Amino acid sequence: MAHISELEASLRPPAMEMPPYPPKVITLASGEKMVVRQVERDEIPTLLEAIYPLLWVERDFYDIVAARLFGELLAYKRYRVKDEYVLAGLIDGVLAGMVNGRLVDAKTGMSYHTLTIRRGLRVGSHLFAAKMEYHVEHCGQEEILIVAESPIGFRRWMIEYPLEKRFEVQHELGGVPSWVLPKETYYKAKPRLVAGTRPVPEELLASAETIVLPEEELVVRQVAGEKEGET
Amino acid sequence: MKPVYIAGAGMTKFGRAEWSLIRLASEASRSALHHAALGEIPVDGVIVANMGAARVNKQTALGSALVDQLALYPAMAEAVENGPASGASAFKVGCQAIASGMADVVLVTGVERMRVVNGLEGTDFVASLSHPEVEYIYGVTLPSLAGMFARLVMDRFGVERKHLAMVAIKNHLNATRNPYAHIQQAVTMEGILTAPEAIVNNPPIAEPLHMFDCCPVSDGAAAVVLVSEEIISKLAGPPVRVAGIGQATDTHAVHEREDPTDLKAVRLASEKAFSMAGLTPADVDVAELHDAFTILEIAESEAAGFFGHGEGHLALERGETALDGRLPINPSGGLKAKGHPVGATGVAQLVELTWQLRGEAEGRQVKDAEIAYACNFGGFGNNVVATVLRREAR
Repeated sequence: MAHISELEASLRPPAMEMPPYPPKVITLASGEKMVVRQVERDEIPTLLEAIYPLLWVERDFYDIVAARLFGELLAYKRYRVKDEYVLAGLIDGVLAGMVNGRLVDAKTGMSYHTLTIRRGLRVGSHLFAAKMEYHVEHCGQEEILIVAESPIGFRRWMIEYPLEKRFEVQHELGGVPSWVLPKETYYKAKPRLVAGTRPVPEELLASAETIVLPEEELVVRQVAGEKEGET
Repeated sequence: MKPVYIAGAGMTKFGRAEWSLIRLASEASRSALHHAALGEIPVDGVIVANMGAARVNKQTALGSALVDQLALYPAMAEAVENGPASGASAFKVGCQAIASGMADVVLVTGVERMRVVNGLEGTDFVASLSHPEVEYIYGVTLPSLAGMFARLVMDRFGVERKHLAMVAIKNHLNATRNPYAHIQQAVTMEGILTAPEAIVNNPPIAEPLHMFDCCPVSDGAAAVVLVSEEIISKLAGPPVRVAGIGQATDTHAVHEREDPTDLKAVRLASEKAFSMAGLTPADVDVAELHDAFTILEIAESEAAGFFGHGEGHLALERGETALDGRLPINPSGGLKAKGHPVGATGVAQLVELTWQLRGEAEGRQVKDAEIAYACNFGGFGNNVVATVLRREAR
């Protein structure tokens, strides 16, 4: 780490040792291969660029997710959040979606956001599962605190896993009563919800080395939905 | 009976709509009227097909509402509800009005806006077409009926999950060429069946049917303009004649059928339609079948007479139903990928076939299509409307 001033050091939260997320590859319904890998701090500006146009997309609560995620990623880049990590899904290097979260302590994780850019292929579902996999299998945590900010998220997390209520805990995302994924439930759900193989073939991994932003037209089509009523 | 022609066809993009139900219907209608280019010729009647507006949109009397929205007064107006066969039923009523001489120009519009409710409520709403005392109260849904039907067909005729996946792959590919389709995403055998990830990508819905075996829940509208022979002679564009219509019913409860794998209503409705048209299934160049579930495309292709009983999946394997095959089925993407706004579906099938016969289907055009067939499958096969269209020389 570069030298930082005493004042700057005091502004940063103390950090825990976090294991790296080993990349994996997932075959999507389209047959395309999506590499899921950890995103480093210096790559965050690229993700922010991808998120920016979504700040004003009301459909499916993309605006609130994008706005909060923008802040969370910025905080990660600028060392203003404790023990955060970011994963991205890349198809031929093109950003398909991203997820983030943080470790509350050694036993408890907190899921922040899942943002899908390439819709209709369960990319968000795969990335959320990768996030749970990171907490349980790689960080060795016992449980993950989760909330949903859209009905789609509620169906994907609360119903599909299914999650348990932990309403006495206020989640960091707006103080909403939290739900929880215990380790045991994760392992029960794993065969039907957690996919991917390791190691990622070298060529595929190389294709995911640099994050390429999708064309804005594709983002609009996939995220905001095409303008209806075309006749 | 007087001859009936389709003078114009139009639709909205299927998917999730923000527009109101009547706005959807009016946009599709305007498109069809524009396509027909009627000029000063008045519309005598408006018929709206819809299944669930009273329940999910809290709106009734859709015929009157659409006339008002389009300022087509004093046209006759009514709505037709016949489950998922509402569209073709409304089309049939429109044809009857022209054929009887009661009208010269009838607008038939199908519309549904069902994504205003959540998936569970939407599934329950569609399940309300099942038998109330021996099916619905036991939790029967359309996917569960289709799952049981698929199991029977698979056991008896050697249909495998790969055949179901082949239907999905074909129709998703066709939908990528249809700008009106709800899901314009190609899928592969690896991604939905053979890869280890396929169980996550394509989870079970009602075994043996998985997610990609089921149509999406869609909003949308479609419309056609029916006219008499006198009117069509005044209009430009290739005349598409309604050559034959057949309708047949079967028992409400599926288990009461002697052979549940025999889609008797499809068979009888098709026979009537072909008889009326003076044609046979072998004459058909392009077909739109009601593939709410992939297994239905295979079963209907047999019951309509295109292939022998239990041989539909073999024709599929040989590529005969692909866009470049001997008999392209569901060039639009079908319900599977184009989408299934239930009340609009039967009309949308006829919109696609009209475009095909007029040579206006662009990237998915079936070459030299002259004869077309549609099957609109109501209930779980207890009320079916089959239609045969024919392009005539000017």
